[in-house]
Amino acid sequence: MLVIPCPYCGPRCEIEFSYGGQAHIARPEDSAAISDETWADYVFLRDNTKGVFLERWVHAHGCRQWFNVARHTVTYEILASYETGAKPPKLDFVTQV
Amino acid sequence: MTRYSIFSLLRNALNYHEDWPRAWRSPEPKSSYDVVIVGGGGHGLATAYYLAKNHGITDVAVIESGWIGGGSTGRNTTIVRSNYLWDESAALYEHSLKLWEGLSQDLNFNVMFSQRGVMNLAHNQHDLREISRRINANRLNGIDSEFMTPQEIKTFVPIIDLRAGGRYPVLGASIQRRGGTARHDAVAWGYARAADALGVDIIQQCPVTGFQIENGRVRAVETGKGTIEAKKVGIVVAGHSSVLAGMAGFRLPIHSLPLQALVSEPVKPVLDTVIMSGAVHAYISQSDKGELVIGAGVDSYVGYGQRGSLPVTEETLGAICELFPMFRRMRMLRQWGGIVDVCPDASPILSKTPVEGMFINCGWGTGGFKATPGSGWAFAQTIANDMPHELNAAFSLDRFRTGYLIDEHGAAAVAH
Ligand SMILES: Cc1cc2nc3c(=O)[nH]c(=O)nc-3n(C[C@H](O)[C@H](O)[C@H](O)COP(=O)(O)OP(=O)(O)OC[C@H]3O[C@@H](n4cnc5c(N)ncnc54)[C@H](O)[C@@H]3O)c2cc1C
Ligand SMILES: [Zn+2]
Repeated sequence: MLVIPCPYCGPRCEIEFSYGGQAHIARPEDSAAISDETWADYVFLRDNTKGVFLERWVHAHGCRQWFNVARHTVTYEILASYETGAKPPKLDFVTQV
Repeated sequence: MTRYSIFSLLRNALNYHEDWPRAWRSPEPKSSYDVVIVGGGGHGLATAYYLAKNHGITDVAVIESGWIGGGSTGRNTTIVRSNYLWDESAALYEHSLKLWEGLSQDLNFNVMFSQRGVMNLAHNQHDLREISRRINANRLNGIDSEFMTPQEIKTFVPIIDLRAGGRYPVLGASIQRRGGTARHDAVAWGYARAADALGVDIIQQCPVTGFQIENGRVRAVETGKGTIEAKKVGIVVAGHSSVLAGMAGFRLPIHSLPLQALVSEPVKPVLDTVIMSGAVHAYISQSDKGELVIGAGVDSYVGYGQRGSLPVTEETLGAICELFPMFRRMRMLRQWGGIVDVCPDASPILSKTPVEGMFINCGWGTGGFKATPGSGWAFAQTIANDMPHELNAAFSLDRFRTGYLIDEHGAAAVAH
């Protein structure tokens, strides 16, 4: 079971949270003008990283805030959590897969 | 290959079963092949077998990083059915089910296919409507599918509590009587042995680490045992599809999620069908050894760890105990996880890729075991002819751009 450090409430058990997938994805501007290809990429294509992954979580049964987490998807180790809109922290973590 | 039969069994009994030949060779890889299949799960092995059997392409290697069947093929809860909603899926899964019906004979290997029926429970009005719609769609596609009233369910499965403690009342069910279970390891072994007999090289303990691509066309596969040239490459690595696609320079709309299962201590026969409940994420059957085989839901987050998280186990077992109060005192023997490759529309991808000569078969998510024969059949033809089989034409990578999704969330989002 994951213990997720909410930046606002501190460490809590994973059942209090919902998952939001890959972090730092911007919706394309002027979406009416872009190609189907670009739109499909935005809607469907996500990194599915084996290693350190930056992802969004929401503390659904707590403060209800969204935030980002850096997590290793093989060891499930959580390396950092940080506020939405902030830049990901520098991680001196060697990806070992 | 020595054929397995009553006579070979008797002959070997006289030698105390000490002289059975190996079921397949373990050759060193050659420097080149017509077709290299990456991934020795059921789907990869079936693809190799049908390449040889249906298309006469026998210069084939299956390259597996671990041991064959060690991925989800050997970790799943073995439910086989074809009651999917849309015409495209119905055709593919039903073709597969028809192949299952003759598979032990075809492979000369007992895959222990048992058509004990698969039930899907309805717990509320919406479930009832969804189930009825799917039964009608199935029948229009010639797939056997029936509605069961609560009384009929109780007669068929006496140990079920229709009130389920008041939490998950059972209002009805669909049943596909031709559905059932099969022995998962035997499927990998049976396809491996039959493919090997036709000349396919099965190479284990050999991870694929990269591809050589020249002018947009695949040339060779880099492996733990050196470079292997290949005219064509089929990627069939389920949970690792995005990793392999990354090596070839393209992306997939896939999430790799942990999915877990459990088995109990063995007990005398109590359950002679398969019961699934998508609403409560619980699936249960009893193996021939007497163990209850229980499948759970997926963890919601990306994970390559081949283990599931405990809150999911708890939720599933909670629901099983409400539906079957007599199982409350059962002890679980083992719990494990696999990595499932989930597509946004809960349908697979069997397709050409942006790389010439490279094909991909993935996205089967929580429910690809049942499709093993049909998937291998259609994918082999796709590779052999450089063109999709009519069964998988709709399951292209392109559909995420064109918008022709095949939304099977009702039949496959959580159900196995
Ligand atoms: C717990 C659980 C329960 C399930 N229950 C059901 C069910 O009841 N019914 C059903 O129909 N489906 C079920 N499924 C889904 C089903 O198991 C899968 O869809 C199916 O087995 C996938 O088969 P495959 O051959 O594509 O993949 P796998 O069997 O996973 O094979 C892929 C192979 O690729 C290999 N590989 C990976 N990377 C590399 C590399 N770099 N180089 C070489 N080889 C590599 C892996 O080692 C693996 O052996 C379940 C899955 C799980 C995990
Ligand atoms: Zn919080």
